[in-house]
Amino acid sequence: MSGNERDPVIDETADQPSPADGRLQSLVDPFEGPHTVGNSPKFWAGFAAILLLVLAYPLFTNEYRVLVTTGFFIWIFLALSLSVIWGFTGIFSFGQTSFFGLGGYIFGVVGINLIDVTGGTNLALLAGIFLPAAFAAILGYFMFYGRVSGVYVAIITLATTLILELLFSRTAGQQYTIGEAALGGYNGMTGIPSITLGFGSTAVAFEGVSMYYLVVVVLVVLYLCLRYLVNSDYGHVMVATREDEDRTEMFGYDIRFVKLQVFTLSGAIGGLGGVLYAAQGNFISPPIMGLAFAALPVIWITVGGRATLLGAIIGTFGLRYLDDYLAGVSSEFSTIVMGLILLAVVLFFPLGIIPTVKNSWENSFDIPFLGGDNS
Amino acid sequence: MTIGATVLDWLSIVFANLGVLILAALGLAIIFGMMGIINLAHGEFIMVGAYATAISYHELSAPLPAAILIGGVASGVLGLALERLIIRHLYERLIDSMVATWGISLILIQAALLVFGARYPGMPTPFGPLQIAGVSTSMYSVVMTMTALALLGVVYLVFQYTDYGLKARATMQNDDMARSLGVDTDHIYMGTFFFGSFITGIAGGLFAPTVSIVPTLGTGFIIEAFVTVIVGGTNVIVGTFVSALSLSAIRSLGAQLFGTLVGRVVLLVTAIVIIRLLPQGITTYLEERS
Repeated sequence: MSGNERDPVIDETADQPSPADGRLQSLVDPFEGPHTVGNSPKFWAGFAAILLLVLAYPLFTNEYRVLVTTGFFIWIFLALSLSVIWGFTGIFSFGQTSFFGLGGYIFGVVGINLIDVTGGTNLALLAGIFLPAAFAAILGYFMFYGRVSGVYVAIITLATTLILELLFSRTAGQQYTIGEAALGGYNGMTGIPSITLGFGSTAVAFEGVSMYYLVVVVLVVLYLCLRYLVNSDYGHVMVATREDEDRTEMFGYDIRFVKLQVFTLSGAIGGLGGVLYAAQGNFISPPIMGLAFAALPVIWITVGGRATLLGAIIGTFGLRYLDDYLAGVSSEFSTIVMGLILLAVVLFFPLGIIPTVKNSWENSFDIPFLGGDNS
Repeated sequence: MTIGATVLDWLSIVFANLGVLILAALGLAIIFGMMGIINLAHGEFIMVGAYATAISYHELSAPLPAAILIGGVASGVLGLALERLIIRHLYERLIDSMVATWGISLILIQAALLVFGARYPGMPTPFGPLQIAGVSTSMYSVVMTMTALALLGVVYLVFQYTDYGLKARATMQNDDMARSLGVDTDHIYMGTFFFGSFITGIAGGLFAPTVSIVPTLGTGFIIEAFVTVIVGGTNVIVGTFVSALSLSAIRSLGAQLFGTLVGRVVLLVTAIVIIRLLPQGITTYLEERS
């Protein structure tokens, strides 16, 4: 919590590390840069404070709220998978739910079959991340090396997730049982084990509150990794691809390969989210890959601000929370209110909430918002 | 069944599907193809057309053609209002137009549910069955496809031979240039959005006797509509026709051999392959070859 050690008088020079916190600064250096909001001791202090609140939350509430909040956090993985490919690399994918759904189904199939043999779901977890990533790699190769771009990528990815929805809807009946795992057709797959790490009798199952902590830890690690990625040299290439494909290619980068790599990464993140989703609910069903769910991450990160990781996180959590709250207050009007919010954001805050707040803060006070640079 | 009868049966299904795809896609092709707005509320414009048709049929005892026309006007007026209030701020903002129209779609579906309940009384399908050369089909689906083809002709005539059509094509090709030549492009965009919504409402009215009148009835058409438009490419008339014909042929084949669901899967897979091979749509490919 470097903010406490800092003399308030020199606060305005937040971008230059003072000798007092030089070591702390070098600690957070790899996670800071022009492509993320929040590059200052103040930001990290706030980050730590919010993280403490999140970690303490289960102490002050009931198990049901913990379960619901875990669900909100899991959706953030889907939003982040879209943020890296669309927000940072400029490729509008409408089918991130295909990786999410595949991750869940693969975790279910492998988990149900191996949990009695090995006692854990280690392999299922890895399969649920790497197989969707491999699927993304194949789909990405098909698209990007064929020079498909723009709205055509959106239609291909959307068609892909809808095809998966239709195919998994067809899997009712005995012939679609893989080992002990019945895919279950439209009604979905039940009896998916919780995440169980370790081997045999030493394996630990994550359920309820422990699942909450697991999801929070994985999310924080993922957030830091992605901050590192987008502020690294490679992140500059991603953003350059988004800003101007021709120029980036002129500099000698193979943008097809860059797109393929980032798309594969987004498949892995989506798959991880699907694994957590299936493991938390012990259930997954085909509509998760349908049109309605495919549109959700697009909406979340458009509202939050698609070119910021923080926007994806806050947009997703905020809208899921609001949706849940409105449904509790009046289920009849909740979707109408949701629709009005989307319209209001698009018309009045076209960059999304986080970048809009950042810009108006900097315009009114002339100091960087959360220490982000002014460029 | 003999081979000949099977082929005839397939052709009759292709013909019926062709009408559905053209109707579902035409209004979207006008709005997306000419204005670059991804209208995710397209399905709800179909829904509004179907509701207005069913309501005027039941409440006003309007004859079916008049009821369908009312459906078109209702959807057109709604489109006009939304264009003035919301859409006109979103030209050249492809993704934002998508999120905003998704919001509109949520509002319209829920509003229909609140006002009319979970289900509105349906309409009987007119004309009854039809037997040609041993193949039985529904007379109404034949009428629907004929109407769809006639609508394509109407759209062609409007864009090719009216003053509005000329200005609209000029605006879509280069709106700065059109403006400098004295075209009121703002009105052209408004008119085009109305026209597209009107055609979509007519399509909804034509679908009304064949579907259950429920708030979500439009969502069943939207994917097919988008796929048809994107595969078709930039030319509204030729693109919509060629892509609806090829997609309905392949879809009907899949459906006849392996069931409806596989038919849908085959349609989507075909669309993916066509987009990969001809990334600018069929019409651009045809234009480059000629």
